[in-house]
Amino acid sequence: MSKMKNGNLIVSSAPHVVAPVNTSKIMLDVCIALIPAMIMEVVVFGFRALALTAVCVVACVLFESVTRKLLGRPDTISDLSAVVTGILLSYNLPAGLPFWMAVVGCFVAIVIVKQVFGGLGQNFANPAIVGRIVLFISFATPMTTWVLPKSQQTVDAITGATPLGLFAKGMDVPSNMDMFLGFIGGCTGEVSAIALLIGGVYLVIKKVIEPTIPVCFIGTVFVFALAAGLDPVFHIFAGGVMLGAIFMATDYVTSPITTKGKIIFGIGCGLLTMVIRLYASYPEGVSFAILLMNILTPHIDNLTRLKLNGVPAGGDK
Amino acid sequence: MSSVSKHLKGIHVNHCKNTAGQSIVKMPVPEKVYIPMVQHIGAPCQPTVAVGDHVKVGQLIGDNAAPVCAPIHSSVSGEVTALVKGMTAQGIVDTSIEITTDGKQEVAETVVPPTINNKEEFLTAVRASGLVGLGGAAFPTHIKYNPRNPEEVDTLILNGAECEPYITVDHMTMLEHAEEIVEGTKNILKYLNLKQAIIGIEGNKPDAIAKFNELVKNEPNISVCELLQQYPQGAERVLIYECTGKHLIAGKLPADVGVIVSNVTTVLKLQQFLTTGMPLVTKSLTVDGNVVKEPKNVEVSIGTPIIDIIEFCGGYTGEPKKILMGGPMMGRALPDDGKCIIKGNNAILAFDETFANMNPETACINCGRCVKACPMNLMPTALFKAFERKDVDALKTYNVMSCMDCGCCTYVCPARKQLSFINKLAKSLVLAEGGKK
Repeated sequence: MSKMKNGNLIVSSAPHVVAPVNTSKIMLDVCIALIPAMIMEVVVFGFRALALTAVCVVACVLFESVTRKLLGRPDTISDLSAVVTGILLSYNLPAGLPFWMAVVGCFVAIVIVKQVFGGLGQNFANPAIVGRIVLFISFATPMTTWVLPKSQQTVDAITGATPLGLFAKGMDVPSNMDMFLGFIGGCTGEVSAIALLIGGVYLVIKKVIEPTIPVCFIGTVFVFALAAGLDPVFHIFAGGVMLGAIFMATDYVTSPITTKGKIIFGIGCGLLTMVIRLYASYPEGVSFAILLMNILTPHIDNLTRLKLNGVPAGGDK
Repeated sequence: MSSVSKHLKGIHVNHCKNTAGQSIVKMPVPEKVYIPMVQHIGAPCQPTVAVGDHVKVGQLIGDNAAPVCAPIHSSVSGEVTALVKGMTAQGIVDTSIEITTDGKQEVAETVVPPTINNKEEFLTAVRASGLVGLGGAAFPTHIKYNPRNPEEVDTLILNGAECEPYITVDHMTMLEHAEEIVEGTKNILKYLNLKQAIIGIEGNKPDAIAKFNELVKNEPNISVCELLQQYPQGAERVLIYECTGKHLIAGKLPADVGVIVSNVTTVLKLQQFLTTGMPLVTKSLTVDGNVVKEPKNVEVSIGTPIIDIIEFCGGYTGEPKKILMGGPMMGRALPDDGKCIIKGNNAILAFDETFANMNPETACINCGRCVKACPMNLMPTALFKAFERKDVDALKTYNVMSCMDCGCCTYVCPARKQLSFINKLAKSLVLAEGGKK
């Protein structure tokens, strides 16, 4: 046909431009959002807590890399999702937990929950949550041996009960201010509500998460506690509500996609958490609540399928 | 302002309107033009000239009696030197008429203003103008203006959104020819017996909005609708909704909701045909991209090879790796720069490999960005998973046929999935399945 100068151009389907955000950047933002809580775990529990986080991160990344290699799949550690899982799992463990137990948790999270199901995006439950639950059930004593904040340790006692443990036994609980700042017993990353909230605000500003799930989750816990005649502020700051609502329940893969679905999911998490706290034998129920709602997510997604603009229901022809 | 309070979803793309404010420069006729016999949706034209014939500007060189077809005219004066078969810029293999130009640009004797007294004569004139939708879809205008349900159609919407990045030629056309566009609008309202016209212009063109507001302030039937600065405001279904609040679902035509949509440039070209009788033989377009030396808005003869246009714009500054006909969101990537300008063209964008290289795909993390971006309220992530397992029922349940290929989902996907392309494949899959039954 006519003359041409360049006959070897790249042909692809439109669009030819993409937004700058990619999976690694999203995961990096989550890691950044987890830094305030990391600082607080050191302030409250000392460097043993940070060492635990480091062990979990390294273990998760190694497990991910090795499993992918064994399964003959491309390496995906650069998407940083294993780093996020490592940090989150460590935040769900008591500061004094033996490292080898933490590594077992990482194995469960990365190998069994994530990679065996097909890797990132294919897991039906949050890996860190399942890792924690398996450890909790397998190693009940070390997983409930709560190191006290350094400021509250005495010569005789370096461990003690968590606020929810005290609450379950009907004993005096710490002040709401101590709980807000994080000077209480508990898992390394869950104690400081303020640090987790700062991270949450960062994620919302960076548009990594929408506030729907955390607000519904925390709101439901608050209202449930209020209705039960309890101190609602205590219940939203205690245990894993903040960590769970902001960082675990908002995991894209295992939470619903639509706003309506997110509302159902958040409320469900809040309700289950309070039911377990008040009526079941465990003092805390956040991880079980999120796991159960993870399992329901595909059904919630089905129920909350979006309708076409201008069409009441059903499909187009 | 827009007439709806709740807007459709969309995305924010960098405008990159580098050529904004640049007047449209007329490019001299090239040595040769290649005019494809299919430049529109519908039946291809048959050449009405033979090799050796002398042709003049505006002379009919291709037509077809099929109902959906727009005639094709010579954009130059010169000699027909070949009828070549080859792939056109649209990817269709068909005949193109090669005309070696003589540079005289003599106008054909047939180019005289049409006499119009009624709707039939008006529609005949629209067909004779060779007009197709110049926003890119290239649907024959005379068919669009002659809906099956004329009594239900009362609104003309002018598309001046120009929501694609880089492209500024419609913007400049609106500034340079606002009066003629308004005159053309009045003619369409008059002959098609429509009640009102709405000119939809994206909010990033305040000067064009102000100009039209000034021109139509004494025209009770014509109004200006300022559109959101959001992609894809110029997509037909989005534009209709934003201007009228009416939803156009898949399988329906704008006329089914009482609307006819025309690009502002189409209306301008129609008005020029009504006053001069010169059919559609030139097209204004934006030439831009990071390997084009002097990005410009140019007016070129239809059939001009892209390489000639690039050379008119100072040539390449580096090796082009991707050349787009149209904008980066919906434009077509061309295999080479020897392809020629067709009627529906509004941009030629040439980029180097930093732009052209594709990002590797990673796993879908179910983040929902595509769902939040889709103007049609589809769930691209669910469609993509349904397509992977070739589940036609699920594709239908998730309304894949309503996808309009705007590309918002692919744009926002952090996993770099080609969601929009997958939807195209999924639509073909559904159609193929439908054909089997």
